Amino acid sequence: MNNKIKNQEILFSPGSTYWGDVWLQFKKHKGALLGAIIFFGIIITVMLGPFLWPFEPNAIDIRSRNQGPSLLHPFGTDQLGRDTFSRIIAGGQTSITVGLAAMFLSLVLGTFIGVIAGYFKRLDGILMRFTDLFLSLPLLPLLLLMMFLFREPLSVSYGPERGMFILIVFAIGVTSWMPTARIVRGDVLALKQREFVIAARSIGTPDQRIIIRHILPNILSPILVSATLGIANAIITESALSFLGLGFPPDFPTWGRLLNDAVDYLQIHPERVMWPGLAISLTVLSINFLGDGLRDALDPRIRGR
Amino acid sequence: MFDYTVRRLLIAVPTLIIISLVIFLVLSLAPNDPMAQVPLTVPPEVKEKMREALGLGQPFHVQFWKWLVQFFWIEPQVLIDHYFGTNYSEDKLRVISWQTRAPVMDTVVQRLPQTLWVVGMSYVVAIAISIPIGIYSAYKQYSIFDQAGTFITMVGYSIPPFFTGPLVIVIFAVHLEWFPSTYDTLNEVNNWESFITQLKQMVLPVMVLAIQGTAQISRYMRSAILDNLNQDYVRTARAKGLSESIVILVHVLRNSMIPVITIIALNLPLIFGGAIITEQVFKVNGIGQQLILAIYANDLPTIQTLTFIFAFLIVFFNLVADVLYALLDPRIRYE
Repeated sequence: MNNKIKNQEILFSPGSTYWGDVWLQFKKHKGALLGAIIFFGIIITVMLGPFLWPFEPNAIDIRSRNQGPSLLHPFGTDQLGRDTFSRIIAGGQTSITVGLAAMFLSLVLGTFIGVIAGYFKRLDGILMRFTDLFLSLPLLPLLLLMMFLFREPLSVSYGPERGMFILIVFAIGVTSWMPTARIVRGDVLALKQREFVIAARSIGTPDQRIIIRHILPNILSPILVSATLGIANAIITESALSFLGLGFPPDFPTWGRLLNDAVDYLQIHPERVMWPGLAISLTVLSINFLGDGLRDALDPRIRGR
Repeated sequence: MFDYTVRRLLIAVPTLIIISLVIFLVLSLAPNDPMAQVPLTVPPEVKEKMREALGLGQPFHVQFWKWLVQFFWIEPQVLIDHYFGTNYSEDKLRVISWQTRAPVMDTVVQRLPQTLWVVGMSYVVAIAISIPIGIYSAYKQYSIFDQAGTFITMVGYSIPPFFTGPLVIVIFAVHLEWFPSTYDTLNEVNNWESFITQLKQMVLPVMVLAIQGTAQISRYMRSAILDNLNQDYVRTARAKGLSESIVILVHVLRNSMIPVITIIALNLPLIFGGAIITEQVFKVNGIGQQLILAIYANDLPTIQTLTFIFAFLIVFFNLVADVLYALLDPRIRYE
């Protein structure tokens, strides 16, 4: 009881801002807080690692190949003597960049289609059928197909790594926008009936400005939640493609690729699959917890309880 | 109910046709050349003839129509012939794999049982584990069991099958040596010993897929039970003096199963997607592995057929989910 009163005092104290309240609620979800710390820790490690770590990810040192964990190589070395830790960092850079870029693309697509479908009644039916159609596509087979078909022309025109990056981001982006579009559409439909939108329309605000000024800021929270889940989904999909050998070129480390390389040595060096696998799982797990906490924190019905 | 089912069916058919069109479009936009493997010594005019024989020179809509006829008209005839000994499909052109030079569907029929066994078993295992977990953790909300269960399902949800696969191989095949790490495709079940071998080699792939399924289903089960526990009818049932086990296992469970059953049907295609990776890890000779092999071998007819089979499975299970939902919850039918 005492606790509840205290919460309400915090909530309704004159100095509280929207994001302040969200932060207060978010802090209470211990798993989400830990998830956020781990996720940002991974990002910082991956971004700053190459500047601090002495080994190059592709530097071959045959004399120190197939080593177990030691002080010099905390994660050991692979069959060519490359330092596994530096390869995990390099792989993380690719995987997380792909995750962020693909999430951004799918978010833009999903928000755009969701807002248009929710706001313009005439387009609603056809856009939602379109979304349903995309939801019933066999995504993994189609992604594999796209990788296989378009990898060579894009490699020729943009170079092997950049071409693959564009292809993967594009492929994941266009196959993962549907849940965002559905959630956004639902929220826009509800918002459209609210007084402030009707008031804005009654004074002759053009549709475009209503959407930008009144609708978009109010659907920020579902978009943020789908953004976190989108990163997790994109990282898993990219790793799955690389794992199946249809992602980045073989000498270019990503987490899925490293896992795929390690599987060949499963019988002799079973510990080698752990590092990339743990990196993927820890990242995705921390993002999922972060998303869970964000969903609770951004929901005003739950906040303050 | 009948009306509702028919309406859903009528939506499913155009969806399937549009999906097959999308798959066909993606493939025909593909810039690579199926004749690339032909030796350079073959003169260009012969190459042109080979191209024509493959049907590559024709306009797009003719190719698409021919594929539709082959897939929906000739292949079912082959199936009827096989079962009833008739010969409708004699001398008709079937979808031929460029890789094996044999009809694609013959290979699919050989490989489909393995996929269905592995996926089906894993789903049965996942349902059997996740429903009791979901019920108990909702009933004891915020207990240690619930907290631990939520954490474990979150972990199971976050670890992708291409990591759990190698992980269980390391633990159970390399260290403990309980189960074989790869699937022996030549094993025929004809006595007790080979049955045990078969069972043993299915454990690991089934386990990997079941982890994925359990995590998803138990989360839904928990929230469905939680939604129902505060309903008035639960209070009424308790007030009547019914025992706790009857209230939970009969009254609450029956109502909570409605959304969970649809989730079970809707998630099945995801498990098929996971099966592509799992089959690759454990070398199971199912249709997922066939798809990967066909992609590596540039075998367009096989890729097309298999992608369409996956699409068909998704649409079919969506339909099953819709119909089941309407069957269980009469309110849906009259919307």
